[in-house]
Amino acid sequence: MIGMNHFLILSAILFAISIMGIFLNRKNIIVVLMAIELMLLAVNFNFITFSSFLHNIDGQIFVFFTLTVAAAESAIGLAILILLFRNMRGVNVQDMTQLKE
Amino acid sequence: MTIDNKFLYLAIILSPLVSSIIVGFFGWLIGKKVSHSLAILGVLISTIGSYIVLYRVQFEGLYFNGILYNWLTVGSQSFSVGLLVDKLSSVMLAVVTSVSLMVHIYTIGYMAEEEGYQRFFSYISLFTFMMLMLVLSNNFVQLFFGWEGVGLVSYLLIGFYIKRESAIFANLKAFLINRIGDFGFLLGIGLILAYTGSLDYGVVFSHMSNFTHAIMPGTSWNLITVICLLLFMGAMGKSAQFPLHVWLPDSMEGPTPISALIHAATMVTAGIFMVARLSPIYNMSHTALAVIIYAGGINCLFLGVLGIVQNDIKRVVAYSTLSQLGYMAVALGCGAYSVAIFHLMTHAFFKGLLFLAAGSVIIAMHHEQDMRKMGGLGKYMPITYITMLIGSLALAGIPPFAGFFSKDMILESAELVHKLGLPGGGFAVFTVYTSVIVTAIYSFRLIFMTFHGEERFRHVDNHHGQDDHGHHAVEPEESPWVVTLPLILMAIPSALVGWFAASDFVSNKILSGSVANAGWFVTNMQEEIVPLKMVLEGFTHIPVYLALAGILIAWLFHKNPKWSDKLIKAIKPLYVILMRNYYMDDLYINLFAPIGRAFGRFLWTLGDMFLIDGLIVNGSAKIVDWYSKILRKLQSGYVNTYATFMILGIIILLTFCTRLIFA
Repeated sequence: MIGMNHFLILSAILFAISIMGIFLNRKNIIVVLMAIELMLLAVNFNFITFSSFLHNIDGQIFVFFTLTVAAAESAIGLAILILLFRNMRGVNVQDMTQLKE
Repeated sequence: MTIDNKFLYLAIILSPLVSSIIVGFFGWLIGKKVSHSLAILGVLISTIGSYIVLYRVQFEGLYFNGILYNWLTVGSQSFSVGLLVDKLSSVMLAVVTSVSLMVHIYTIGYMAEEEGYQRFFSYISLFTFMMLMLVLSNNFVQLFFGWEGVGLVSYLLIGFYIKRESAIFANLKAFLINRIGDFGFLLGIGLILAYTGSLDYGVVFSHMSNFTHAIMPGTSWNLITVICLLLFMGAMGKSAQFPLHVWLPDSMEGPTPISALIHAATMVTAGIFMVARLSPIYNMSHTALAVIIYAGGINCLFLGVLGIVQNDIKRVVAYSTLSQLGYMAVALGCGAYSVAIFHLMTHAFFKGLLFLAAGSVIIAMHHEQDMRKMGGLGKYMPITYITMLIGSLALAGIPPFAGFFSKDMILESAELVHKLGLPGGGFAVFTVYTSVIVTAIYSFRLIFMTFHGEERFRHVDNHHGQDDHGHHAVEPEESPWVVTLPLILMAIPSALVGWFAASDFVSNKILSGSVANAGWFVTNMQEEIVPLKMVLEGFTHIPVYLALAGILIAWLFHKNPKWSDKLIKAIKPLYVILMRNYYMDDLYINLFAPIGRAFGRFLWTLGDMFLIDGLIVNGSAKIVDWYSKILRKLQSGYVNTYATFMILGIIILLTFCTRLIFA
């Protein structure tokens, strides 16, 4: 029988994958954006799980808001990305060490 | 007219301070005349106040012991500025302020031509303030404050001629030697605080009897003896007792008024005053008293002898001061504290007088201090001559001058101690009796060399080079009235004070309640002193004849100048030893000073260079540098690395928070 724990573990796995995506990724900054999206989805998954198992609709409503915000955020993220690409002629994470200076 | 007593005390103490501050900071603005008037006014107020206090204390039974101001409180221990006005301090007040006033007036004449006129007045007023603080204190901290204060002013004034190298050497020497004494003094105060838990005289005295048989932990030393000896170490430095005496002869580099005020009449007697003030403690330790007798005896005789071979007029008087301080110390050691204070008082007058008179001679000789270049001055400066003669007669102990009474009392005390078989008695008797003759020799050698005989100053080579004084073309003449007036005013007490004070001091009426003479002294000195009887009886005792013999010897040597040359040849090695101050200076300069310097250098290299500079200052910088080299690597510039640390931080924080919350 699939219980709440399984869903929560799945969500944790998703979250861990996304964090690793941010940490370990040295190639493409788009992957970082995707990992952030994935992180939000993992959180959403938690919301839905609790909402469903605890019979409380609030969680599902919250997910809508999150998705909306996530969409808006990724739009801004992509816009920044384009600017970045124009300036740097690339999207390689390895090259972005301006903070060091 | 009644003046509130507390106001009176404050006026006595503060008026010299106020005038010192004004003259010191604004002397350049207000000019010489206003400066010296202000300084004299300040001391005059003090003097008048002191005499009112003296009168009230002695005749109206005034007594005050209280706190004026609480300076600071550490734990349960509070340090305060307090006054103790009792018989001892009232006598000291009168002595200090009167000598100070005389010196202030005298300075107008002596320093008239000198640079730093205002500075000088500022210093001596400050000195008066510090001395009054010392004398009036009712606790050890304030005593120490005054003690160091007078030491500081002494340092400043010995080095008054700041451009003269020997003066700088002398003031540094005085300062360093006094540090040795003060070190002991401070340790003594510390011991008192540790055992009695208080620094107030009254409390300390009442607690001290609990420790009569106490010993120092870890040793077999009697606690009281240790305290007494440590405190006496301070007195040895300040009152120039052997072997810490070497600074006093050199202090003659300072202007003469200072020698009179600080290095004869007041500051150097602070040690004697301190021991007398603490007489209840000293009475508990026979060992300490014996040590004081020995120290005093050595001063009295062996340093007095040095006075005979000196040629500098001021140095003769300086060695005589050492010798007289020795007398006072012997009196202290004999438990005759009131007699010591009596001698302190008479000495303040006649020795102050001698210094001032010597200064007057020095003015007439255009700052020539070598007695071999003087002579025959008696007829040119009669006032100086007569006053100095009175001073010398008092110093030599010829009746009926003041010194006779006090010295005779000391001789009797020493004999008493000897008779009772107390430790040091024999030495005390030997030294004080021998010193009588020595004192007479050097003081009259000075009189004869300076005021009698050939007028040697006429054919002295001009050693000043192109100096305008030249061959003393101008006849030596009597000093101005501002110089001679103090001389006369000091000569009066030098001649007469013994008559009035002798019996009161011996019976301790004048100091009862503040100075406790040793039991043996009180029981054996019951006899009423009648001055006239004492003078007449004096002629049936040996000391007077010893003194007269001394004068005779000085006169014979004066009349036969070849004798002294022969004598010097006959005892050449001894003479050299005497001229070199028993090699004490060499001992300090060649032995103690290098050891001190080596120790200092060792501390400098180990403590300063290695520990503080090397390890702490530069070491900490090096550690920061080294760490930052490692930590710098973390600063990669990759956003995701930063994010990683952020997440790690959050995880760590969350872990700890949850542990804290759910623990």
